[in-house]
Amino acid sequence: MKFAIALFAPPHAPSSRRALRFAEAVLAGGHEINRLFFYQDGVHNASGSIVTPQDELDLPAQWRAFVERHKLDAVVCIAAALRRGVLDAQEAQRYGRTAIAVTPPWELSGLGQLHEAAQQADRLVCFGGV
Amino acid sequence: MAKAMLIVSRHSPWSGLGAREALDIALAGGAFELPIGMLFLDDGVFQLLPGQQPAAVEQKDLAANLQALPLFGVDDLYVCRQSLRLRGLDGQPLALPATPLEGPELADLFDRYDLVITL
Repeated sequence: MKFAIALFAPPHAPSSRRALRFAEAVLAGGHEINRLFFYQDGVHNASGSIVTPQDELDLPAQWRAFVERHKLDAVVCIAAALRRGVLDAQEAQRYGRTAIAVTPPWELSGLGQLHEAAQQADRLVCFGGV
Repeated sequence: MAKAMLIVSRHSPWSGLGAREALDIALAGGAFELPIGMLFLDDGVFQLLPGQQPAAVEQKDLAANLQALPLFGVDDLYVCRQSLRLRGLDGQPLALPATPLEGPELADLFDRYDLVITL
């Protein structure tokens, strides 16, 4: 089965950890993830600027490792990311900002990517919506 | 055939980004001519009150974006009647023609959609 997974909560929210464990279970069960889409505060999960204390679960790092290991299509909503200061190099240059928080394999793109993924997947599973 | 998506909007207009970001999903779906419905639930019903004064809290008017829903082909608008009643708003004029639903009607609504996003 093909899953699209959307995450709306920040890394310190329990639903972000659940989303990652769910995504791992999807692949471990022989299913497919057609796209990860991070929206609202979920964009912080794609940030390379977060520093987690050494003895705590580092979710942004785990997400990155997961995406890289499985070569997943991982999209961060560009509008949500700009508002929250989670910029990639191109957007940082466009808006004259110094901080670059997002690097490949993460990609900043629009909400159309969420709709496209939801249309093409067998299931859309959302985490962190309240 | 395209899957139909119901967006459940549960945040009041001036309590943060929730209302605006839920609406943006609906407008994006409408722009792609996807079948989109929107349900205003819990504090989300406050979005439908006419005559708001966002400038008083130094905010941009969300109402203009809400009014864009029909322009983007998003005509299936619903509001939870119980949420209205609990907030003393039942029977008040609403800024958008949202169909009031409650109880089993809400369950039927969810059944009619392939996809649901709650924000």
